[in-house]
Amino acid sequence: MNDAFDIRGGELHIEVHKFRTGAIILAAAFALVLQAFLPIYFPKAGILDLPLLITIYFGLSRRNPSTGLLLGMTIGILQDSLSGPTVPLGLYGIAKTVIGYLASSIGARLDTEHPAARFALTTAFFVVHQGIVALTQRLLLSQSERWFTWHLGAAALVNAVVAVFLFMLLDRLRKPS
Amino acid sequence: MVGIPSRHKSLFLLGGVVLLQVLLLAVQIRRDSQGRLIRVWTVGAVSPFERAGAHGISNIRETWSHYFALQNTSRENEELKHENDALKLQITQLQGKAAEADRLAVLLKFRQTNVEVPMVSARVIGGSADSASQTVYLDRGERDGIRRNMGVITPDGVVGKVIESYRDTAQVLLLTDKDSGVGAMLVDSRIQSPVGGTGDPLLVMKYIPNDDTVNSGERVVTSGMDRIFPPDLPVGTIADIKPGNTFKQIHVRPAANLQRLEEVFVLLTMRPLENKQDSGAPNADAPASAPSASTAKPGSPEKP
Repeated sequence: MNDAFDIRGGELHIEVHKFRTGAIILAAAFALVLQAFLPIYFPKAGILDLPLLITIYFGLSRRNPSTGLLLGMTIGILQDSLSGPTVPLGLYGIAKTVIGYLASSIGARLDTEHPAARFALTTAFFVVHQGIVALTQRLLLSQSERWFTWHLGAAALVNAVVAVFLFMLLDRLRKPS
Repeated sequence: MVGIPSRHKSLFLLGGVVLLQVLLLAVQIRRDSQGRLIRVWTVGAVSPFERAGAHGISNIRETWSHYFALQNTSRENEELKHENDALKLQITQLQGKAAEADRLAVLLKFRQTNVEVPMVSARVIGGSADSASQTVYLDRGERDGIRRNMGVITPDGVVGKVIESYRDTAQVLLLTDKDSGVGAMLVDSRIQSPVGGTGDPLLVMKYIPNDDTVNSGERVVTSGMDRIFPPDLPVGTIADIKPGNTFKQIHVRPAANLQRLEEVFVLLTMRPLENKQDSGAPNADAPASAPSASTAKPGSPEKP
């Protein structure tokens, strides 16, 4: 199997990246563990959604909607499992499934390697993710979750900044093309 | 059978996966009281890493503070001496204040009335993986006698209750969680009302009629009516009061620092505690830090 190959549609030239064996599983597990205990020592770190950033990154890099949504679903359900009783299994699973699909679909059409593109996309995906969570809570769980708060806006920007640097680190896990 | 175009396959997969999870949510809403096996598996798989991470960070912090961060020790020593002098003066002033005496009296009463209560100390090793729920994981579980619905406290006040107990780990629902609640009453007026969480740092006190008098800064303690916590444990203080349609809208600032928990005590009993609060006056000679390690029943599990 080739380590990397190109999607060529007209003049579009977008590389699909492969990763080292186990890199995706290890990165996702590490993000979930960090997400669970980091806020205990650094309460401000609770603003981060590392599982979401991992979902976005591998979605954008792999550029395969099917694997993107399945990875998002897996990470989301594991995050639900580690959450409290107010978070039923599937709440974050649904949101991250959709984000995984969207990231993979957009990644297949745009060059998402530039830090500015990554910042903008992460900001947008974060807001969409929270929107899906709020929608699910309102429709299925009858909870009055607010659609948008200034805290959410700040969290989106903070996560986007962290994503730019995190994605650079994750780029090192790619197999050389 | 009509084949699905390849470009739409992922879209169909997305719909199927989302539908599956929606069904999963629906099943859970009906059977919310059942413990889920996937939670047990996931927590069992992740808690060793959380435990290792917690110990690793502690070791790194200790190593750093004991062996490397000594450059400014002399200057810090001088600063600490000055700070120590200031603190001594402050302690003298504080000892004369009635509010401090009241707080100590409440803690003292708890210690006296519940001296036989078995409790176990536990370390917080992890938190909730999302910001929507307020839970923490402890490094003690069923093997240490911890069961569901046991109360969790710190010397400062009520923390929450155990909602799941695994072999070596327990999950605690903090007082600030939306689903959390505790039987409480106002110290001065003795009006009883449940206090619950909203997901925000402040708690809410419900069902206090507009006609009743409540003062800002008034202390709130447990009433013992929930059969989880003994009476007179500090819950918090009234932060602000607004009139509502029928009941006042009262916010309560938690007594325990729920944003930064490191060690807690789990009350190892499912039975309602005896209400001995009127059996005697507080003993001024007893230590003020109410639920300490020395309060644990002899032979009960105990480690910091």
